[in-house]
Amino acid sequence: MNKRPNPLVELTLSRFREFVREPEAVFWVFAFPVIMTCALGIAFRSRGEGPVIAGVVQQAGGDELADSLSRAGFTVRRFAPDDVESALRDGRAPVVVIPGSPPIYRYDVARAESQLARLAVDNALQKAAGRADPFTAVAQPVEAVGSRYIDWLVPGLLGMNIMGTGLWGVGFAIVNARAKKLLKRLVATPMAKSHYLLSLVLSRMATLTLEVVVIIGFAWLFFGVAVHGAIWALAVLATLGALSFGGLGLLVASRARTIEAVSGLMNLVMLPMWVLSGVFFASSNFPDGIQPFIHVLPLTALNDSLRMIVNEGRSFAAVLPQVGIMAAWGGISFVLSLKLFRWQ
Amino acid sequence: MNGLDLKVLRGECFGLLGPNGAGKTTTIEILEGLLAADAGEVEVLGQRWDRDGTALRARLGIQLQETQLAEKLTVAETLRMFRSFYPQGPSVDQLLETVELGSKRDAWVKNLSGGQKQRLSVACALAGEPELLFLDEPTTGLDPQSRRQLWEVLERFGANGGTILITTHYMDEAHELCDRVGIMDQGKLIALGTPRELVASLGAEHVVEFAMAEGSSIDDALFGALPGVRDVRRDAAHLHLSTSELHLTVPALLDLLRQRDARLSQLGTHSATLEDVFVTLTGRQLRDE
Repeated sequence: MNKRPNPLVELTLSRFREFVREPEAVFWVFAFPVIMTCALGIAFRSRGEGPVIAGVVQQAGGDELADSLSRAGFTVRRFAPDDVESALRDGRAPVVVIPGSPPIYRYDVARAESQLARLAVDNALQKAAGRADPFTAVAQPVEAVGSRYIDWLVPGLLGMNIMGTGLWGVGFAIVNARAKKLLKRLVATPMAKSHYLLSLVLSRMATLTLEVVVIIGFAWLFFGVAVHGAIWALAVLATLGALSFGGLGLLVASRARTIEAVSGLMNLVMLPMWVLSGVFFASSNFPDGIQPFIHVLPLTALNDSLRMIVNEGRSFAAVLPQVGIMAAWGGISFVLSLKLFRWQ
Repeated sequence: MNGLDLKVLRGECFGLLGPNGAGKTTTIEILEGLLAADAGEVEVLGQRWDRDGTALRARLGIQLQETQLAEKLTVAETLRMFRSFYPQGPSVDQLLETVELGSKRDAWVKNLSGGQKQRLSVACALAGEPELLFLDEPTTGLDPQSRRQLWEVLERFGANGGTILITTHYMDEAHELCDRVGIMDQGKLIALGTPRELVASLGAEHVVEFAMAEGSSIDDALFGALPGVRDVRRDAAHLHLSTSELHLTVPALLDLLRQRDARLSQLGTHSATLEDVFVTLTGRQLRDE
């Protein structure tokens, strides 16, 4: 009699092969977060203290104004008088000076950038006009660890990706197999049901490893986003996050019969977390009243703990509360889905 | 399903024959332990699902009607996975050879033809070297050549002592493959026996099928009185006379038509089949055509 292949290995390999042979899935897991990181990293890169743009209206006295602003280090742009409103609206200049005695500053109160530019322009023009400062303060810019937007963003994108691939990777595979009666065919064999569920988790771990390496590696290489905490702590958090969302995916997919039904459920589960759990902007922007709710969401726990390790370089002990939240979500949904699971 | 009492013997090929909705799939899935029976007892290979489920699974090969195997796995990968579920059985290469899919070894499942997919499905069922093979309409929708290829696989399995329980709504398939046949209709078993016995039970080995041109009407009783005729049946367009004496019935029929000035628009005869058995028992065709 010939040798029997290991069923757990075969199931895991099958699942993994099905995944990598699906170009769309590979795109969403690997390429999408990289593109996101790239786009947001470029859009929100910190410009440092680069030259401030100042607009000057072309009319009598404009040339002198432009000269003194240039000397003070501003990048000067000249606008026709009837172009001022649109220049401000389009962001071609944060502030526009209309020459005169006294000059008029046109700027947008609602934009911090615009307000700062107004102050800088005023400062420069007052000095040029002969104002004497009583003293010159010493400026000492802070170089805080991981303080750029991209540093803050990357752990959130990683968390979001772990959520998406955990839910989809597990949920979609199950419902697809159920809709095609493949689950029914499998339970007609002596296959151990636990092997099937475990194979989903294991193949998920394989893709997760690649996913984390690709996202963190890309952010490090191209944006210099460094992991300040322990790598093993990052690995533990990613694994726990994946297990937690894998359990949730199992629960969401435990009864759904069609891809349409499970897609709706997935989005219902994920949408609040995309918004609330601090992927693109801090969840502290939401009212205090709903903060306790936000903090028990699994994605909030994952994102917060990832940021503590990656950005702040905190110890693993500091993220234990988040670890507890994720373990609870994963454990409870796994137990519930075992009770609810529909094999046929 | 209603009071189905059925025994399948070891080593035989048993066919469950019946129209769609007759309860064939329900019956076979109860036997496969995939559905629970509301009442009654099921014993498979001397074991019962409630007591020896796991042990029993390893002794059976099952092919389900609607299973779609993973599209982006190769034939060999699929077989290797199914083989891994069973404690014993042939190698992947042996399975490929059995179902003649060696040349498709590394092809993705989605690129197989319908017949090749069904052979792969049967190969998956054979992966555990089963004593008993359940097949639910394995040839539905296949072209004649693919059906024949599949029959050969099943005949080889039977020749090696395996037991087969197959459902089908093709009479010729049941006739060709099965040692015994049970005919089902509306959840009941309405006939049971070897194909030969069932056909013989009609008491008439031949069927004369004819149609008359419009405007001709002759009472059925007159046809029934023709020599050799056992049964007269009418459907939308045709009359069917079951007869044991074809050589007497046909001339007498032609005489009768001539006397009544009726014109034939169609005439044919065939040896009685399981289809005729079904029609005689239920008054309906086996397939809606």
